[in-house]
Amino acid sequence: MIPNTIMIDQKDNVAIALTDIPEGSQVFLPDGRNFISLTDIPYSHKVLLANLGAGDNVIKYGEVIGQVNADLQQGEWIHTHNLVVTEG
Amino acid sequence: METFLGYERSDSSVGVRNHVAVLPSVACANGVAAAIVRQIPEAVLLQHSIGCGRGGLDNEVHTRTLENLCRHPNLAGVLVVGLGCEVLKSEQLEQAAAQASKHVQRVVIQEEGGSRRTTARGVELVRELVARAKEIKPGAVALDRLIVGLECGGSDAFSGVTANPAVGRACDHLVDQGATVILTETTEMIGTAHILSRRAANVEVGAQIEEIVGLQEQKCVDVLGPMAELVISPGNMDGGMSNIREKALGCIVKAGTRPIQEVIGYAEKPTRRGVVIMNGPGYDTDSLTGMAAAGAQVMIFTTGRGNPIGFPMVPVIKVISTTQAFQRLEDDMDVNAGVVLEGQSLEQVGDQISDVLLRVANGEPTKAEINQQDGILCVYTQGTSL
Repeated sequence: MIPNTIMIDQKDNVAIALTDIPEGSQVFLPDGRNFISLTDIPYSHKVLLANLGAGDNVIKYGEVIGQVNADLQQGEWIHTHNLVVTEG
Repeated sequence: METFLGYERSDSSVGVRNHVAVLPSVACANGVAAAIVRQIPEAVLLQHSIGCGRGGLDNEVHTRTLENLCRHPNLAGVLVVGLGCEVLKSEQLEQAAAQASKHVQRVVIQEEGGSRRTTARGVELVRELVARAKEIKPGAVALDRLIVGLECGGSDAFSGVTANPAVGRACDHLVDQGATVILTETTEMIGTAHILSRRAANVEVGAQIEEIVGLQEQKCVDVLGPMAELVISPGNMDGGMSNIREKALGCIVKAGTRPIQEVIGYAEKPTRRGVVIMNGPGYDTDSLTGMAAAGAQVMIFTTGRGNPIGFPMVPVIKVISTTQAFQRLEDDMDVNAGVVLEGQSLEQVGDQISDVLLRVANGEPTKAEINQQDGILCVYTQGTSL
């Protein structure tokens, strides 16, 4: 299947949507993995690749870009509503 | 080691172009400088707005900028056009060019007797300088002699996803070959000082990074007040950036992943090879001038929405982030990094950027050169006119 997301670094736990991905549709990663989106993922926004507990790190560019403020599942949209910076 | 066709200068620098520049020492001499170049279009015109009426730090930075531009490796010769009464003396610029073993000449409008006489004399001198430049032939030079300046402007949601990471791949390759890449735009680093500092070659460089980014953040708050949020927090939440750190990571990724060897001031020449940070503003045109003065022989400019700008004597390679924008602005763009969104890997596009860089270093003109996107030199200015 043609990927509808892109990953920047192998260590990342988010990918970026290459199209609007509606809730409940297939998310295809460049490495062949696929799963179902749990929310709408807007074009150029981030989708979560792993299940995280509240406070866990979100990694993009191989670096920590913040922490999630709730328990979240693979397939969720990651943005300002659930991504915060809590560490120093 | 890979090589390119370069012009070895007697000060041991290497040019990728062999230009003769006409440089006014003050904005008042722009008209005469332009009149000279109209008659000899092979020469490059370095118009700017500085040279007088400033004090303190601006004086120091402006003088260093013009002096180092006179020493630029891509120049075989320079004609300095002075007015006569300006603060930044044309003799001083002539001396800087001579120190770097350039063929240099100088005319002064108030001494020569007005703009027509000065133009006529200038045309004679530039004609000679161009003839002398043509005697210099390029030869094979190792890639480690290259200094590549990095810039991003008119970014979009995919600049940090396709164009910048692909350029980062090319930078890793360049640095592994011993070349130097300059990362600047301190404003764009706000939020990532701890990450850049971790990549520093030693603790001193790490501390310098923390200091310049901290000062720049404070300056944004001081100057912009409540509007600082627009710089310090991402301007494009709609594009999917969730915070300033994520946005800044998308910017600094274009310098690749190798250790940061040095922090230099605006328009200062690096003393180390590898990744170098130049402390400077986020304004694209100021950055290009600063990196040119630092000795960058080539610059790579990433963009999302597109920007046609070049630099008079330095080839500027444009890398755009999406195929849609590439097709819209193809006249001005050298590389389409948008193919990453259609299945090509960042490594493949990184290799393509390295190839284009080598071809440009070997003399192939960039789109900005073809379109003569030279414009006026903007120089970083912090104070006010006095």
